[in-house]
Amino acid sequence: MPVEQTIPKYKIATRSSRRTSRNILGNLDWVTVLLYFLLVGLGWMNIYAVVYSPDNVVNIFSFDINSGKQLLWIGTSVILITMMLAVDYKIYEHLAYPIYGTIILLLLFTLAVANPVAGSRSWLELGGGVRLQPAELAKFATALAASKFLSNVNLRQQNMKDQMVLALITLLPPIIIVLQNETGSALVFGAFILAYFREGMSPLILIIGASAAAIFILTLLVPKLYLILGIAVLMGGALWMDYRLMRRIKSMIALFVLIIGMIFSVDYFINDVLQPHQQNRIKALISPEADPLGYGWNVTQSKIAIGSGGLLGKGFLEGTQTKFDFVPEQSTDFIFCTIGEEHGWVGSTILIVLFLLLLTRIVNIAERQKSVFARTYGYCVASIIFFHFLVNIGMTIGLAPVVGIPLPFFSYGGSSLWSFTVLLYILLAIDANRAQDLSR
Amino acid sequence: MNYLENRKYVIQAIFIMVGVVFALRLFYIQVIDSSYKQAAETNAIKTVIQYPFRGLIYDRNGKLLVENTPVYDLMVVPKETKQLDTLRLSSILNLPLEDVRARLKKARAYSYVKPSIFYQRLTTEDFAHFQDYLIDFPGFYINARTARGYSHSSLSHALGYIAEISPRQLEDTTYQGYRPGDYIGKSGLELEYENYLMGQRGVKHIMVNVRGIEKGPFKDGAYDTLSVAGQNLYSTIDLDLQAYGEYLMNGAKGSIVAIEPETGEILAYVSAPFYDPNLFTGKDYGKNYMQLLQDPDKTMFNRPIMADQNPPGSIFKVVQGLIALEEGVITANTRFACNRSLVNCHAHPSPLDLQGAVQHSCNPWFYQAYKLLINRNKSKNTFTDTSIGLKEWRDHALTFGFGKQLGIDLPGEKKGIIASPELYDRVYGKNRWKYSTIYSLSIGQGELGVTPLQMANLMAIIANRGYYVTPHLVKAVGNKNMPLKEYQEKHYTSVSPEHYEPIIAGMEEAVRAGTGRRANLTKLGISVCGKTGTAQNPQGADHAVFVAFAPKENPKIAIAVYVEHGKWGGQAAAPIAGLMMEKYLTDTVTMKDQEKWVLSREYLNLRSK
Ligand SMILES: [Zn+2]
Repeated sequence: MPVEQTIPKYKIATRSSRRTSRNILGNLDWVTVLLYFLLVGLGWMNIYAVVYSPDNVVNIFSFDINSGKQLLWIGTSVILITMMLAVDYKIYEHLAYPIYGTIILLLLFTLAVANPVAGSRSWLELGGGVRLQPAELAKFATALAASKFLSNVNLRQQNMKDQMVLALITLLPPIIIVLQNETGSALVFGAFILAYFREGMSPLILIIGASAAAIFILTLLVPKLYLILGIAVLMGGALWMDYRLMRRIKSMIALFVLIIGMIFSVDYFINDVLQPHQQNRIKALISPEADPLGYGWNVTQSKIAIGSGGLLGKGFLEGTQTKFDFVPEQSTDFIFCTIGEEHGWVGSTILIVLFLLLLTRIVNIAERQKSVFARTYGYCVASIIFFHFLVNIGMTIGLAPVVGIPLPFFSYGGSSLWSFTVLLYILLAIDANRAQDLSR
Repeated sequence: MNYLENRKYVIQAIFIMVGVVFALRLFYIQVIDSSYKQAAETNAIKTVIQYPFRGLIYDRNGKLLVENTPVYDLMVVPKETKQLDTLRLSSILNLPLEDVRARLKKARAYSYVKPSIFYQRLTTEDFAHFQDYLIDFPGFYINARTARGYSHSSLSHALGYIAEISPRQLEDTTYQGYRPGDYIGKSGLELEYENYLMGQRGVKHIMVNVRGIEKGPFKDGAYDTLSVAGQNLYSTIDLDLQAYGEYLMNGAKGSIVAIEPETGEILAYVSAPFYDPNLFTGKDYGKNYMQLLQDPDKTMFNRPIMADQNPPGSIFKVVQGLIALEEGVITANTRFACNRSLVNCHAHPSPLDLQGAVQHSCNPWFYQAYKLLINRNKSKNTFTDTSIGLKEWRDHALTFGFGKQLGIDLPGEKKGIIASPELYDRVYGKNRWKYSTIYSLSIGQGELGVTPLQMANLMAIIANRGYYVTPHLVKAVGNKNMPLKEYQEKHYTSVSPEHYEPIIAGMEEAVRAGTGRRANLTKLGISVCGKTGTAQNPQGADHAVFVAFAPKENPKIAIAVYVEHGKWGGQAAAPIAGLMMEKYLTDTVTMKDQEKWVLSREYLNLRSK
């Protein structure tokens, strides 16, 4: 009996390797594809809702308005998807470093030649009015390179040199992107920590990162003196509760001094290092009501738009706040306001659930990969989408600073839609072929 | 398998946690807290800008030089226009239909909800006419602001003008706080004192609900600001004297600058040809501006501070005499023969002392004095010696305010040129030039360039026997009795006061019985000290120069008159200076013959030497 069962399994594997194209579609993760098209389609309808005006109705397909153009981006994305599924899935792994190197050169080239657009030197003019933002491409290129690197080393072994190389791979693109004045896009690379955590990076880094962020935010919200007193009381309490900690008193004092140093450097960083517009984004997060017509405008207006949606929303195309330019960047970075206003809490929550389904699905896909490369890449995809989801929705409801990054698959814009499509479908292409990995 | 696989739960838990936090936060904003719904009802906030009253400018006697007159702009908020009858609008405003449509399109392109200017500067009649129909055009309203107005037609070059801020200025961070459509000083005092004149714009925020109905002030006016009027300027100009100067210069080209020596206050500032400042206040400002800019007489050229390419001519001899005295190479009694083999001259007694040389403007005399000043055997090499002498002479000349900006409170002041060793080294090469190359400096020709303002300032220095106060047009800002500190300081020349007396005596004689007779006011009991000059002009007839101050003891006015192509300082410029001084010192003009001569412009037809 056992012998009889192993033979058909082997046969299936050989058959699948012979008739690849047919089985790619058969093995494709259709749940993810469905979620992808749901998000893209809903995004497209909301982009139409933004420009819709009852006085001047324009067809949703008209190329004069954003929804028509977005349809063009969606159509070209489908072509991209077809191409990516047709290509031999192995090239993503084989070409990971060359792709990464090319993108780094492209980033540097852009920095050198780009004409500043609204202060940012991140757009490459391709001629004929077509522009490319290489920073968008850097996300999947870095994900490929980092995954490739991790498939050969083991993070758990705490090899200093390996960690340095990994840090270099991850930080090189955002450094160039910061020089291009696109701080928002650069922050996204912080998301890779989650993927590295899965691959064995010490949880301490995650905890330290989260604590540092917490102290950063607290420094902004609480007067410095109270914050220091509070931390002193906490640490004193810990010592009192557990006298064994007294043996580590030196480390405790060092930690305390470190935290105080950080509190003051946050203060210095905000007042002396950040540029005024960046300071304003942070001020807008802490107290948008202090200047609702100035730096608080975006956050205040987006909260009003979302808040006015109520439980069920005002209905498709019925929003009043999001129609006119009360909220800038309405169809790109602040697209979530339209959902909030027209579809209410129920609609917003459905969208959040859709994203959570997509994210958890990607994690599950990653876990079922047999190669470290594929698994790490899957986690990188999840981390990047998650970071955008966190910051983009967070900023519209006043939980994150106003950083200009789009909502994946949903916001208007070709560069962003293409880059997320490529990011996701590389994973799906690898996943559809995982049976072949099994047979190797 | 391995323990790391469990980390997938940690990561998924983070994802779900964030999702739950978002959902809870949204539930609070959307369902529990009702304040956002109220805010949305009255979300449309109309901002109404309260334009401040721009500061006024007064003359030294309290007469208004610049005032404000109301103008009306037609504004539109595209979102609020309902069933707009463009045809009717076009007939009421007397605008072509396409123009109306283009203006609407432009307004929509700027913003759908924010107001923009639909039609700028309605005339008072148009405004009254349109006001009756305003109710039929929702979304349109009138914004009243003020524009500049002038009850005279003088002083355009110094006053400058205001105009809409340019797109380039809007991008510049030094103009933070300005908005498209704001008016800003573009030249003259309007530009120089923009920060004081502009005042502070106020903003009113009015809440408007979704149906366009006003719901009262936003947050009870907590974010409203009151407009603060700009500060007034108290000018040093005497408007009567200014107008008289323009009357005398009407039709000629050139400058008059009159200064009160003791204070540096500019009494008259004429740049001819001039234009009526009212040309720049109306709707046709752009057209008028282009016309003036292209006019061949260069009307927009601010001659008193910008015409710095012409040599001063003989008036510079007084400077050479002063420096030679200070350096001790001559005394007041040094005599030189009128040796015309050195440089040409005209008939006069010879030899002369310094006073006589100034009176008769003897060229060979100054050739010889200047040679002593430049070649003082400080080096055996005659080239090096000349270079050293020129350098030392130049340092003296700079203390008279030549070769640098005096610092008048007007933009665009030119420095002028004072010859330097570096300049000649560049032109001829090092050690390739000596006194015979540069001697024309001695009589105010050659590599010298002096603005009319610097000439008038020279007279102020001589009147003050050795110092000047930076010439200025505004003595106080805001409070008439609070003079500006920067115009209190006395700048001393490097020449001691006692050396001025022989020069002044020579200048007095030049007016009483020399080339400057047409500026003589002895009949009125006023002793005028002056000096004529001719600035060589390779392009055409020479320019006429006359500088003077009066009265000799206790001087009240120092003046420079520059008449382009006037040929003879004594004929073209001196009578104008005489009339101006009489007008200022006695408040009347008795020398009607003189005035007739000036206005006849006959001196422009006199034959050149
Ligand atoms: Zn002579």
